Amino acid sequence: MSALQDKYKQLIDAAKAAGISNLQVSEQGNVLHISGDAPTGAAKDQLWEIYGKIDPDYRAGDLILDIEVAATAGTKAKVTTDSTALNIRKGPGTDQPIVGKAAHGEIVTLQNKTNEQWWLIKTDGGVEGYAYAQYLSPQ
Amino acid sequence: MKLSKILLAVFLTAAVSFIGCKPKDSTIQKNIADKFAANPECSGATATVSDGVATLTGQVKDDMCKSTAETTAKDVKGVKSVVNDLTVTPPPPPPAAPTVSPDAALNQGVTDATKDFPTVKATVNNGEITLTGTIKRKDLTTLMQSLNSLHPAKINNQLTIK
Repeated sequence: MSALQDKYKQLIDAAKAAGISNLQVSEQGNVLHISGDAPTGAAKDQLWEIYGKIDPDYRAGDLILDIEVAATAGTKAKVTTDSTALNIRKGPGTDQPIVGKAAHGEIVTLQNKTNEQWWLIKTDGGVEGYAYAQYLSPQ
Repeated sequence: MKLSKILLAVFLTAAVSFIGCKPKDSTIQKNIADKFAANPECSGATATVSDGVATLTGQVKDDMCKSTAETTAKDVKGVKSVVNDLTVTPPPPPPAAPTVSPDAALNQGVTDATKDFPTVKATVNNGEITLTGTIKRKDLTTLMQSLNSLHPAKINNQLTIK
């Protein structure tokens, strides 16, 4: 086992225990890459908590932790912004015009995942567009 | 006189049957299986015994297990010889190299990820994201999660955390 895999052993073990699917652990240029799909948002949060304990404030620059929360079309997701409303945009990008907003805590429906960053969503009010996935928590 | 003859007969019978008491193949086979079962580290080997010749088949994890199995079988009473047909599991292929997004895609992604954090400055060079400026502690994980999902080669976090 490499030194990096040793350093982040607790994290890799936790990922296996949490049932992360498509789990991949690889190394390139002294950076460990861990990726996979978490069954729940809580599983992802737990891994990030462990990462924060091993490397406080994520300063070491030796890990890329790419854990996506598995969610399929039709899944309900909660808007988990800090406090403000979430912008719904015409296309996937902050350069795209805003077509609507979803309130903090509102439940929206996932239409499809354009990519890891942008999801096409629909609000109960009927507004459809792209929202930043970091602020959506699948229920 | 009569008694000693009987004793002699009993003794001879016992001696003959003792010499002739070779373990049966099925017994040998079971004894080998029991010894293999006692070493779960090297699972995967099975033995079949015919006329005292034990043939080992199956797949074990390494060469050490392969030779240990052979020695174990040889030590079992009644085994005349061992044919070691065990195979060793090939090592798993090394994991694929991680995919790193091109800088253009990273730049677009970084713009989106830092939009809500105007005090953070992010630059992209050769797959590496370098963060400078300041951020509130409560926002750090949110930002890092966004950036980690962009498939960068590395993230250099030089942020001042307030």
